[in-house]
Amino acid sequence: MSAHLPILQVVVPLLAAPLCAFLRNARAAAVIAVLASWATLAVALSLLGDVMSAGVISYEIGDWAPPLGIEYRVDIVNAWVLVIVSTIASVVAPYMITSVEDEVERRRIPLFHAAYLLCLAGLLGITITGDVFNVFVFLEISSLSAYALIAMGTRRRALTAAFRYLVMGTVGATFIVIGIGLLYVMTGSLNMADLAVLLPEVWDSRTVKVAYGFLGVGCCLKLALFPLHLWLPNAYAFAPSAVTAFLASTATKVAVYMLLRFFLTIFGAPFSFGVMGLDRVLLPLALAAVVTMSLVAIFQVDVKRLLAYSSVAQIGYMVLGLSFASVTGLTATLLHLFNHALMKGALFMAMGCVVYRIGSVHIDAMAGLGKRMPWTMAAFVVGGLSLVGVPLTVGFVSKWFLILGALERGWWPVAVVVLLASVLALVYVWRVVEAAYFRPAGGDEGTREAPWRLLVPTWVLVGANLYFGIGAARTARVAERAAEVLMTGVGP
Amino acid sequence: MLGLSLAVPVAGAALIVLLRRSPNAREAASLVTAGALFAIVLRVHAAVSGGGRPSLVLAEPIPGIPIALEAEPLGVLFALIASFLWIVTTMYSIGYMRGHREKHQTRFYLFFAFAIASAMGVAFAGNLFTLFVFYEVLSLTTFPLVTHAGTEKAKRAGRVYLGVLLTTSIALQLLAIVWTYAITGTLDFQDGGILSGRAAGAVVPVLLGLYVFGIGKAAVMPFHRWLPAAMVAPTPVSALLHAVAVVKAGVFAVLKVTVYVFGIDFLAGAGASVWLMWVAAATIILGSLVAFTKDNLKARLAYSTVSQLSYVVLGAMLANSWGVIGGGMHIAMHAFGKITLFFCAGAIMVAAHRSEVSQLGGLGRRMPVTFAAFFIGTLSIVGLPPTGGAWSKWFLGVGSLEAGQVGLVAVLMLSSLLSLAYLMEIPLKGFFGKAEAGDRGDHGHDHAHGHPPGILRWSMAAIVTTAVGCVVLFIHPEPFHRLMTMVTGQ
Repeated sequence: MSAHLPILQVVVPLLAAPLCAFLRNARAAAVIAVLASWATLAVALSLLGDVMSAGVISYEIGDWAPPLGIEYRVDIVNAWVLVIVSTIASVVAPYMITSVEDEVERRRIPLFHAAYLLCLAGLLGITITGDVFNVFVFLEISSLSAYALIAMGTRRRALTAAFRYLVMGTVGATFIVIGIGLLYVMTGSLNMADLAVLLPEVWDSRTVKVAYGFLGVGCCLKLALFPLHLWLPNAYAFAPSAVTAFLASTATKVAVYMLLRFFLTIFGAPFSFGVMGLDRVLLPLALAAVVTMSLVAIFQVDVKRLLAYSSVAQIGYMVLGLSFASVTGLTATLLHLFNHALMKGALFMAMGCVVYRIGSVHIDAMAGLGKRMPWTMAAFVVGGLSLVGVPLTVGFVSKWFLILGALERGWWPVAVVVLLASVLALVYVWRVVEAAYFRPAGGDEGTREAPWRLLVPTWVLVGANLYFGIGAARTARVAERAAEVLMTGVGP
Repeated sequence: MLGLSLAVPVAGAALIVLLRRSPNAREAASLVTAGALFAIVLRVHAAVSGGGRPSLVLAEPIPGIPIALEAEPLGVLFALIASFLWIVTTMYSIGYMRGHREKHQTRFYLFFAFAIASAMGVAFAGNLFTLFVFYEVLSLTTFPLVTHAGTEKAKRAGRVYLGVLLTTSIALQLLAIVWTYAITGTLDFQDGGILSGRAAGAVVPVLLGLYVFGIGKAAVMPFHRWLPAAMVAPTPVSALLHAVAVVKAGVFAVLKVTVYVFGIDFLAGAGASVWLMWVAAATIILGSLVAFTKDNLKARLAYSTVSQLSYVVLGAMLANSWGVIGGGMHIAMHAFGKITLFFCAGAIMVAAHRSEVSQLGGLGRRMPVTFAAFFIGTLSIVGLPPTGGAWSKWFLGVGSLEAGQVGLVAVLMLSSLLSLAYLMEIPLKGFFGKAEAGDRGDHGHDHAHGHPPGILRWSMAAIVTTAVGCVVLFIHPEPFHRLMTMVTGQ
């Protein structure tokens, strides 16, 4: 059984999805979604344990030997990302049951859960596979289901938001498949490990460099690096709350992973940083993302949009870590994948609670909510502090490594920018806190606290924000080892 | 024992919430907690005096950087002051809060206890990271106290308060801390400093500047605006937190960083602190000058605090043992002096409903004890015998000469004259000024607004205690002096 863990990671949600669709029963579909999500977490955790103790796991699908057959290959880097994705899925899935009943048309609920499971399978597939074309296939699975999930938002603008995401996402995916095609032309292989061996011989060829460009732009579109982020704010703002919580904490993280895998494992750090000057390209973009998007977030009145812009800024932090071209910088990136998933998950879920009760997350509608929904808003405050990077929350840990990485390179102005951006984050979090706690409540007097079915999953993530903020030793060690694997190119 | 110094105030906070239905029991819980905390700090003091360094690791958020407590003499000094004055302030609060009919008194006592717990964390922080954590917690826990009144003005002030304190700490102090870690690979406080011998050149003065300005609670200009803003808080908060616990946490952190992160010999050798000496000197003079222009009593005291805090910063920047001893002792001396002044200001506000200096004419004849205490407090702030303030000014003066900065001695003299002028005006007006027209009524004594006189007696006891404390510290400064000589190793 345990030998087949890598394939189970993807197959469980992939097979659970049609089951949901065929059952046509909202409750049953929800239970299947929850169980499948928990199963993926169990698989991911045991994979991480195996990889930490025994090293790289290679799984040949259908016993076809690579490089011809498709190989699933798990090292610390993707085991780590699998844990992130499945953790979020396990927390969001139970939350989804109640949240979706409120926000999605009743007859579509089984299909909603099916789409969610497909999306989860796609994300896990991108992460686990060791075959570049397989990456593209799973990318399409996750993207198409994500478009469907977003389009199920209550407001009509969800449709245009989903369409816009579809256009941009398809452009991104097309760029990626063009890049993969060019690599295949040059090397005749689609296996990642194989490519990593073959590519150095053809480094000088222009085709390889063009492939690099296509893959880079494609990935950056999917991970919403400024200025390719335009699809993201509306998609997050208009999607059902549970979908936003899920996608914000997983989809962009997996896209960042994809970028790291292509650039550092397949092309290798020497090519990326030495030949292509990746660090010099990404640094200004990342800084621009961090500063401009934090500024834009300050002026948002819809809190989900505010958090969406904040996400684009936070993605800037992840890319910034990559641009340091050092183990410390990559540790920061990999830690922030996890940490940002925890904090944004918690924040979007808190907003989902607000939507459940008052139907809006406009900042004026939230006036006085601190008294009426104390647990929900307390969750928002803790998540917000984490976003700012206050000590004892996970946000501080990633920021610590990020600043350390900047100072190691001697780039102290970058460190200053990162810290100033934290102050900007403080400003936009503060605006919400002020509305909820310091403005007199208007509107409906009868607003009550959100049901426990929503609060419990939210507080699980809030608790994780604190738990991994107070004791980050374990996560930091995993991230550091993963960063070393990426930098030295040992792995698939 | 160190763990208890955090746990006791937090447990006290829980008790305060549990007993919220009965104000008498609630206040009794506050007093008992404060007393217990002081007893614990005395035990720690005994251990440290005997040459021990009790320590405790609480958690390890980032590998190699634990949240750890370690008691050393400077921290003990700060903890002694803060915990003793907490007892006195609690006594005072009982009279003030009831006399002034403040709302949400449970919340008030609750966050007060949290603030003290964070101050203890600052005092006993075993490394820079721990110091930073408790420093931030202190900012956050005092915020509800600053905005206690809940008015628009209080909210605005609260924004300035958090804005300045969090911005400076995140943008400058945290940068300095990570930078220190990048250079040295450790954040532990060590005798002789961790940067000593590891950093050189222009990095040292820049880094020191990041610390001094980044520790916004030290209120070095231009990052002092939060302190006058915080004066909207109820007077006990201004007295204990914004004359003792919060601001002293700031200057204490500056001293601690100077002594244990840089090392005074290293700083003196590198000459890295000279420019900051003059920044501190400028704050001393400018703060005094602004204090002159303030008619509101609490605002005047606030700017006086801004000015006085820079004495401690100056002591640290002198980077010799006289300066550090003077700075450390000034933490104690200024605490007693300034808390007395704030207590008096609050008493005047509750009993006579006066908040402006110009309204105080003749009031001293009706409130003789209050104004006498104000007089003693003033002497201590100015630095005249027979009050404790004389000692710290003495050591700071010697330290300035030792550092070869005769100009700074002139600054100290000038500032003493200025503070004499703007503070002495108040008791003089009270005792010898003309009472305002239409003010012949007997506000001061009958407490005509219906407070039982017994309650105000608690406040008066507090005022007398701290005023007597100022004098006792002149006769008997030995305990604090000995702690400081342990710090400098003289």
